[in-house]
Amino acid sequence: MLSIKNIHASVEGKQILKGIDLEVKAGEVHAIMGPNGSGKSTLASILAGREEYEITEGSVSFLGKDMLELSPEDRAREGLFLAFQYPVEIPGVSTTNFIKTALNEKRKYHGQQPLDAVSFLKLMKEKMQLVEIDKSLLTRSINEGFSGGEKKRNEIFQMAMLEPKLAILDETDSGLDIDALRIVANGVNKLRNNERAIIVITHYQRLLDYLQPDFVHVLVNGRIVKSGTKELALELEEKGYDFIKDELSLAEAV
Amino acid sequence: MKEELDVLEQTVSSDYKYGFVTDIDTDVVPKGLNEDVIRIISEKKNEPEWMLNWRLKAYAHWLKMEEPEWANVHYPPINFQDVIYYAAPKKKKQLGSLDEVDPELLKTFDKLGISLSEQKRLSGVAVDVVMDSVSVATSFKKQLSEIGVIFCSMSEAIQNHPDLVKKYLGSVVPMTDNYFAALNSAVFTDGSFCFIPKGVRCPMELSTYFRINTLGSGQFERTLIIAEDEAYVSYLEGCTAPMRDENQLHAAVVELVAHNKSEIKYSTVQNWYPGDENGKGGIYNFVTKRGICQGNDSKISWTQVETGSAITWKYPSVILKGDNSIGEFYSVALTNHMQQADTGTKMIHIGKNTKSRIVSKGISAGKSQNSYRGLVRAGKNAINARNYSQCDSLLLGDKCGAHTFPYIESKNKTAIIEHEATTSKIGEDQLFYCRQRGIDAETAVALIVTGFAKEVMNQLPMEFAVEAQKLLAISLEGSVG
Amino acid sequence: MDTININYLEDKFRKLQSSTSDDILNNIRKEGFKAFNKNGIPSARNEEWRFTSVGNLFKKEYDLSADNLKITASDIDAIRLPGSGNADELVFVNGRFIPELSVIRSNEKECIIMPLEDAVKSEYQDLVNEHLGKSSLFIKDGIHALNTSFIYGGVFIHLNKNQVLEHPVYLYHLSDTRINHTLAQPRSLVYVDQSAKLQLIESFTTVGSMDSFTNGVMEIVVNTNAIVEYYKIQNDVVNASQVTTTHVRQIGKSYAHGVTISLNGGLIRNNMNIVMEAEGNEAHLYGLYLLKGNTHVDNHTLVDNTKPNCFSNEFYKGILDDNASGVFSGKIFVRPDAQKTNAYQSNKNILLSDNATINTKPQLEIFADDVKCSHGCTIGQLDEEALFYLRTRGISKEHAQSMLLGAFAEDIVMQIKNEPLRNYVEKLIFDRLSVN
Repeated sequence: MLSIKNIHASVEGKQILKGIDLEVKAGEVHAIMGPNGSGKSTLASILAGREEYEITEGSVSFLGKDMLELSPEDRAREGLFLAFQYPVEIPGVSTTNFIKTALNEKRKYHGQQPLDAVSFLKLMKEKMQLVEIDKSLLTRSINEGFSGGEKKRNEIFQMAMLEPKLAILDETDSGLDIDALRIVANGVNKLRNNERAIIVITHYQRLLDYLQPDFVHVLVNGRIVKSGTKELALELEEKGYDFIKDELSLAEAV
Repeated sequence: MKEELDVLEQTVSSDYKYGFVTDIDTDVVPKGLNEDVIRIISEKKNEPEWMLNWRLKAYAHWLKMEEPEWANVHYPPINFQDVIYYAAPKKKKQLGSLDEVDPELLKTFDKLGISLSEQKRLSGVAVDVVMDSVSVATSFKKQLSEIGVIFCSMSEAIQNHPDLVKKYLGSVVPMTDNYFAALNSAVFTDGSFCFIPKGVRCPMELSTYFRINTLGSGQFERTLIIAEDEAYVSYLEGCTAPMRDENQLHAAVVELVAHNKSEIKYSTVQNWYPGDENGKGGIYNFVTKRGICQGNDSKISWTQVETGSAITWKYPSVILKGDNSIGEFYSVALTNHMQQADTGTKMIHIGKNTKSRIVSKGISAGKSQNSYRGLVRAGKNAINARNYSQCDSLLLGDKCGAHTFPYIESKNKTAIIEHEATTSKIGEDQLFYCRQRGIDAETAVALIVTGFAKEVMNQLPMEFAVEAQKLLAISLEGSVG
Repeated sequence: MDTININYLEDKFRKLQSSTSDDILNNIRKEGFKAFNKNGIPSARNEEWRFTSVGNLFKKEYDLSADNLKITASDIDAIRLPGSGNADELVFVNGRFIPELSVIRSNEKECIIMPLEDAVKSEYQDLVNEHLGKSSLFIKDGIHALNTSFIYGGVFIHLNKNQVLEHPVYLYHLSDTRINHTLAQPRSLVYVDQSAKLQLIESFTTVGSMDSFTNGVMEIVVNTNAIVEYYKIQNDVVNASQVTTTHVRQIGKSYAHGVTISLNGGLIRNNMNIVMEAEGNEAHLYGLYLLKGNTHVDNHTLVDNTKPNCFSNEFYKGILDDNASGVFSGKIFVRPDAQKTNAYQSNKNILLSDNATINTKPQLEIFADDVKCSHGCTIGQLDEEALFYLRTRGISKEHAQSMLLGAFAEDIVMQIKNEPLRNYVEKLIFDRLSVN
């Protein structure tokens, strides 16, 4: 579904990603872990199409299309969803209206009729239950005055509504207390299926306890330095990132 | 949540939609302004002598005045001798009912989205339509008159309710008030008159649609609304004009009088032709709107959505004379291309415990200039006066300007006045967030702008809100780089 | 006399021109007088002077000279401000810089201080020529032009490169009105060179019972990496009026900090201009007007952002009692090139009496899109809740009020970084507010 080949990216002349390769197939859950500044969020940003980042080398194909050629909105319409680390506030735009606009834009792109009000409401109700989100949040301006947990839950709710083929969760666990984390993780688990791939970007193990990824990749200094199964995450939790770095410097020294 | 979305979807690639010219016979007085022209206007309207004298007095005063230059708008000098001061659709005979209105005219209103017939009747809006200079039809008159509400054209009011007109005309905006008000007083041709008697809550929205049609004609309408004790009325005003290369002049005066415990809600969606993107053509809109809270516990509320006109010069104001009276001003002013808007309000606190609230949202795009200019004054006796003002500006692109000129004056130690203003642009991160969800940049901008203006939009009656939202989106087209 | 009388000024102008020979100053004065004749005395119809009737000050004839003065060293001792012991003390009498009465403690390596007349003949000739009079481009009224017409006996201060002046420079303006009404028109040009730091303090004192009118202009040019702090203390008598302009140009990436404290006087107009002529400038402007009697204080500020990435913050507060009146007019300009401007402006006022008036006009004029600008202003009273809270703790109402007003003023006073001066101002305010 997603094939990242040798991606190099820089921002304001500074090289952040130095050759990333990653294959993600439908139904898989990949975790990308790494210390601060390793390039995790940069990876999420270039996949979603943030324009500040310059891709200096490499390619990304998504469902057989050259993803780097697509605008951010077309990537979204093709089925890419990014749950933001810091969801932005848009005053005066209600969450419901926002999602409805997004959903119908996507339907239009795929040649479908827009959802009428009744079906939309029905769909919304269904998904609200799925991710345990409070109705009152949906009438408020998007993310405005939301707590950290509410913002993250709202991201997962949007994911449920937009039904992406590939979802990238960028540090969705950051800033969440244990209850909020569990609700968010449950929501994500309910959205897992054989057709949907998920990339979880995180610094810590704790979200992975709930999500049980199929693969874990460790990103250090702009490169994936180690890949493995969920046991790798546990090892990291136990030994910290330094052990990877040590291994790395050993390898480099050889 | 009456589908903002659908509205936005319909906005794809349309220019000024209302820029058609209606091909109907018009009765035109030759260009130019002098006493004789005023006499002709008065005579054509079969006015009593006192009305003519009032006009002539205003004209004499206007001759002595100078065009104001303090506003932050720039335009070549207006040749007031090159304007047609009277252009009326030719009537074949006196109109008895809507059915007798020129079918071409009715088609025009259909294009405007105003049907004077059953459709509106169902939605419960009474409409008066002013085309170029004269009021052509007023719907619902009969039903309204049964409860004592007078809703008719100003011309009819001069004929049928001279005492009321004499008493109130010029009582809020004196003929000497300013240059354009004096001009209007001399040459006004028609407008709406509305009188809500004591204790009556007007059961439907009253609405007027103004349209300038004839080439080179000015529109000088005069509106007067009076709410007697404990009366209530909500009044809607819409404006359009065809696309013309030349600038056309619009200088209206609106006066509102609210007596004890009455309330007047006045909403405007102003969509005069703004000129093309190079600034050619468009309406010069110089309007004086003022209401007085004459009685205790009265309330006047102005809501405006301004998207049109090449130049807007407009400050709907409230004089808070009665104790405990309330004045409100909610405004969205959007300028694009070469438009210039200098708009705001005045809240003059005179009575005790008077309250006012100002919410102004300015959106500048293209090469336009958008200014808020407002005055809040607490007089010496305005004990416990309260004002809260919020003026926000949103900039789209780096060729436009947003300006804020608030004047705040207090002579009373118990008055509390607060003013806040911010200027910002649409955040890149907001746009990206929308685009990541599959919403293209243009739709995202319209969405964000609508959100920015929401506090004001919420004040509009439903039907107008939908139209206003549509207008915002249309007016923003081509503003996303 | 109740009409404006300015005819005698022409005569005085001609006399001054014929008595001096320097071309540079003669030309500047000539242009100034031309502008004065053209613009005249601003009336209330002039938007910038709507609430300040400066015309009234021109209904009497003033003595513009500084001759036959009987100012003594003890007169100067009486007006020295705390902290002056190690400062440069510049004395102006009736608008003229008097070197004999001044104490210059800086050495020439640090700071050059000399009369303007000398400066135009010195190695600084080009510098003066380049920078003197630039404020005329921003303030185009007759009052400012009048000062320019009579530039004479001004001072030139040049802070040399890399000099961080540890001691402040005090400018004492003394008006002697024991014989005549006087019009003092001090003029100064201050140049703060690269990576230098300067602290300037101006104060005003009138001696005598006739009226004094000070029409002063100070132009400050701040070069790259330099820091300038500017303090103006107005605590004169009620027959003393003034229009004083401080025009700061930040020509290199630099930092400016200004505080204006107005406590007493007749009619006071302060023009405080900051022109950001280089990228990355930063400026902080503060003002406090604590007024009683018939004092009128008009603070006009301008922050003109002409280059990107500049930051400015303005905070003015006023407390008005009796018949006092206050004006705040703040203008923030963001020119088309000045992207990423951050500009904030706030004005808060408390009216204490039935006859006090405040007119405030915070303005934004923005021609660039990537900016963050905001302004706010409030007019109100002391917080009733706070007042009540203090009273429940046994503090009398009057005392509680003075405490809260003191706290309101303190926000501004704390911005005075010169400690002796801050303590002095705090004491003035405390004495004013304290309950007998």
